[in-house]
Amino acid sequence: MLSNTGNFLLILSILFTSFIIYQSFACLKKTNDMIFKSIYKISLLQSTTILICFFTLVGAFMVSDFSLINVYQNSHTLKPIFYKISGTWGNHEGSLLLWVIILTIFSFLFLITNKNHPKNYRINTLIIQNILILGFLFFILFNSNPFSSISPIPKEGLGLNPILQDPALAIHPPLLYVGFVGSSIYFSAAMASVITNYSGKFFAQSIKSWVIISWSFQTLGILVGSIWAYYELGWGGFWFWDPVENASLLPWFAMTALLHSLLVLEKRNILYFWSIILCLLTFTLSVTGTFLVRSGILNSVHTFANDPSRGIYILLFLSLMIFASVYILFTKYKPTNDQINSNSKETFILINNWFMMFYLITVLLGTLYPIFTDAISNNKISVGPPFYNSVIIPVVIIFLFFMAIGPKVRWIKNKFLNFKDLLKIIVGAIAVNFIITYFFKSYSLISNLIIISSVFLIISTISDAIKKPKINFARIISHFSFGFLIFFIGLNHNFSIEKDFNLKLGETKKIDNYNFELKDLKLQQYDNYKAVIGKIQINDLSTNKKRTLNPEIRIYDNPQTLTYEASIKTNFFRDYYLTMSNIDRSDYYNIKFQEKPLMIWIWISVVMLSFGGFLSFIRNAKNN
Amino acid sequence: MQKIIKITIIFLLIFILGIFFLSLNKSSNYNTESLVGNKLSEIELVSFEDDSIFTNDDFKKNSFTLINFWASWCAPCRIEHPQLMELSKENNIKILGVNFKDKKINALKFLKDLGDPYEYLTRDSNGKQSVNFGIYGIPESILIDNKLTIIKKFVGPLTKQDLNNIIEVINNL
Repeated sequence: MLSNTGNFLLILSILFTSFIIYQSFACLKKTNDMIFKSIYKISLLQSTTILICFFTLVGAFMVSDFSLINVYQNSHTLKPIFYKISGTWGNHEGSLLLWVIILTIFSFLFLITNKNHPKNYRINTLIIQNILILGFLFFILFNSNPFSSISPIPKEGLGLNPILQDPALAIHPPLLYVGFVGSSIYFSAAMASVITNYSGKFFAQSIKSWVIISWSFQTLGILVGSIWAYYELGWGGFWFWDPVENASLLPWFAMTALLHSLLVLEKRNILYFWSIILCLLTFTLSVTGTFLVRSGILNSVHTFANDPSRGIYILLFLSLMIFASVYILFTKYKPTNDQINSNSKETFILINNWFMMFYLITVLLGTLYPIFTDAISNNKISVGPPFYNSVIIPVVIIFLFFMAIGPKVRWIKNKFLNFKDLLKIIVGAIAVNFIITYFFKSYSLISNLIIISSVFLIISTISDAIKKPKINFARIISHFSFGFLIFFIGLNHNFSIEKDFNLKLGETKKIDNYNFELKDLKLQQYDNYKAVIGKIQINDLSTNKKRTLNPEIRIYDNPQTLTYEASIKTNFFRDYYLTMSNIDRSDYYNIKFQEKPLMIWIWISVVMLSFGGFLSFIRNAKNN
Repeated sequence: MQKIIKITIIFLLIFILGIFFLSLNKSSNYNTESLVGNKLSEIELVSFEDDSIFTNDDFKKNSFTLINFWASWCAPCRIEHPQLMELSKENNIKILGVNFKDKKINALKFLKDLGDPYEYLTRDSNGKQSVNFGIYGIPESILIDNKLTIIKKFVGPLTKQDLNNIIEVINNL
């Protein structure tokens, strides 16, 4: 029954979408400046239908309707209700439906919130956005249909991959999708802007809020994925330069660059074509990322199942998008003679853009290079953290300095730069670095520079906040928390401690300043898994403080899988991170222990960073 | 100048998209369904019990052989095991088990607990032999005839329906 309902709603959505496109073309022919009322109505219907369609699938997951292949493959009656619901988007087909929801809702909201912009620009945006929606709806209906039915109806489902049964992963996809699928709206708007010659300041105003909101969500989405990797994958790291992580970072770089170049476009009416390229690039990179992780070219937890036909479809879609944007750009591009003074805010924002492009190209190369060598020479290689760390980290140091100075500089032409102030700040930063070196231990030159440059950014941002009469809180918070982020990553990286040893029940082991004792092991039965829970007491000999950690080995029933759950004790100063795994045919358990200083501050910094984005969104909404 | 930049950009884009397309076809190599109809060229599998080797000739005398790749640590292998036990009762077919990346003691316990359907039991401790059969995950099973032609390939656990299909094939010829 639900299969029919779902398919009916999908087809209905296709009809509505086609009708919106048809009506929009009709509306373009009219000379007056009014958009047909029917377009608003159908857009609302379209969004509602897609939402009902999605909730039909959620319903199917909730009641475990195994007549749908999708539910059968990704759910199980014993699964807690929360994971039954999140299972809806924990698979390829369901997550595509989430894609379309965001495409549609953004399309509708853009239509109703931009009433003071010209009709042709808005209608063209609507047409392009709805062509994207139509493409994805066809993809869902004919290739990745979450409502395909199965007969005879299985009695039980296969279950959701246990490592995906996690609260962080339940919210990770929706957050990330608002980010990179949301970028579709300024892709469409950029195309419409070039087509209708609606350029400059007003164009910037019409998309600014959308860029900020998608950037903020993208930041949060990346954060949640990262937190999940930290406690679920059991390696103790939070960023691995995995191609899939990179896929989410690439649009983030483009968005960040766009966010800043829009400021210039809005204020000075220059960098128009550059902003357009960034708009097109952001969504193109989002679809490229989706292609890479869904086609099975890259293997990861995001590769739901290998299906080359799926890859071909997304690739075709991607190629069409790219060539349509390149065609429009090439035919409409007009060289402009933008006058920019080298000592002005514009220059510093451009420098920010160059840095973002540098990071983007580095990460893109590192991600694509293995694919290229494999396709061309059959040579399988992998590009890992050493490449990224050695290329990106030194550049980040210079970047942070520019990031600190940029906001102090005026628009158009700066009179002078207060070198005295800057000198004070840098002396302060070096002093902080010395204190850290003194109290902890010495570390590498590059780490010293990272700490100095990030502290420079932090102090400089605070001094901006104190000195300037009219301050932009959103900018202050974002820049400040970015400085914090790099600062804490630097400290965390330098002062983390890692120990690896075996322990059996009742045994105590002394390593450096710590005593470890495996006090107890107990077996506990939960709804959908059983767990061997260890009780490990860590005694810090220097302070004589005792802490108990309880790592788990979980045995899931559906599908039968073994996972190792880290036990993490967090406080404001450090994380104690411990995993335990069984060793075959032995009473011993392998223990991996890590002490990671200031871990929680890395998360807090990113939350603040995206909070800066939300503040900016509110500010921008008020101004307009 | 502008023209050169435009042409370079277009070529670069075509190149990148072309590579994506090539990689897609590459990953479809993993789609082992395409092996159906091919002949297994050279079988060389080490016996589970001793170091003796099973070769092509061992399987040519059977009307049909089902090569099953399994391991004690693989949960879906447990699910398909009753099907294999059922199949081992058939006369026309012999089952060759390839124990994949497993520990001997665990594998033996698995067979003791759930029954041993295998006429031949071999081991592939490091998973290298299985690659020659186009296996990339377990369980997988390959049905071959006495000419060593691959008749069917099953990715994932054998279901009741798969079992019926196999029985139908081996009894029809």
